[in-house]
Amino acid sequence: MDRRQAFAEGIRAGIPIGLGYLPVAFTFGFLAVSGGLPVWIAALISLTNLTSAGQFAGTNLILAGAGYFEVALTTLVINLRYMLMSLSLSQRLERTAGTAARMALAFGITDETFVVSSLRPGVLKAPYLIGLMVMPILGWNAGTLLGGCAYALIPEALQSAMGIGLYAMFIALIIPAARQSGAVCSVIAVAVATVCLLKYLPVFSFISSGFRIIIATVAASAFGAWRFPKEDEPQPAAEAREGADAAQTARQEPQAALRESKEKEENGWNGF
Amino acid sequence: MERILICVALMALVTYLPRVLPVTLFRRPIRSRFIRSFLDYTPYAVLGALTFPDVFGSTGHLYSAVGGTLAAIWLGYRGKGLLAVAVAAIAAVYVLELIGGAL
Repeated sequence: MDRRQAFAEGIRAGIPIGLGYLPVAFTFGFLAVSGGLPVWIAALISLTNLTSAGQFAGTNLILAGAGYFEVALTTLVINLRYMLMSLSLSQRLERTAGTAARMALAFGITDETFVVSSLRPGVLKAPYLIGLMVMPILGWNAGTLLGGCAYALIPEALQSAMGIGLYAMFIALIIPAARQSGAVCSVIAVAVATVCLLKYLPVFSFISSGFRIIIATVAASAFGAWRFPKEDEPQPAAEAREGADAAQTARQEPQAALRESKEKEENGWNGF
Repeated sequence: MERILICVALMALVTYLPRVLPVTLFRRPIRSRFIRSFLDYTPYAVLGALTFPDVFGSTGHLYSAVGGTLAAIWLGYRGKGLLAVAVAAIAAVYVLELIGGAL
């Protein structure tokens, strides 16, 4: 698969994400503008941040008149989970990817692009990841602009209903995997249980919502890695590329492609 | 306005740094089976922790949020795509709020 093909495939894989971002970004634009920000500031935030939870929280603090340090620290804490995702992607990314490509694709790491790309078997190509962020960026910015401009026109009942859109997308991402794998199901259960403990036990009330997510993620992933370690098999393509000669890589390629297309049929990422 | 622009720049910076540093600086493959498994489970753990229990407070009322969540779980279980699930959940919440408002 050449690079242009990988880029096109990334764009295709990003379409559902971009569409899914529309209502969420719409909500963001709406909330930011109704809170008193000009539409162009809301658009600028979406353009430069490309994240949901972090920019929602940061914008709330801006509107509340918080200081620079508070805005920066809160946003950072919420976004720390991207370090785990970025680290995980660095394991799956083709090793030949240059620094400029890495810096570009890093901008597009979100919960959804990460899940979509990390569920893709085999080595990840930089053009695929860069293609993958195109539609989400368009959706995120278009949604923000629309929400900012149209906020006065939306009936209130629909506004409140749209709040669930982001979570419904998260559910759509985890449920199929949980259905297929008991290990994934347990990891999700531990993550949710941990977050609930931290949220509802008064002892832990000093922990911010961003840290709750981080702690629950680390605890649940560690639990999964301890109780259900993955087979040593999962990175055959990466192993081959790393140590071995080009011939060996070429031999393994068709196999990987076959497995890839088969698995793609099985899990319904492009399924609507 | 200047304060707002500085805040936006700070937000952009602290959003980009966690994304860019690991993938640019950390290029060696990880050998440890534990760490590789850990990283494989991370997306599910993050999304689970982000979704529950906060989803139940994401709409005007608990009952509509529960209804929307059940709709999303049901459609997700049947393998529907992201947008279909999101639209169905929003529609479910909207209808439930309408019914709740009428009662």
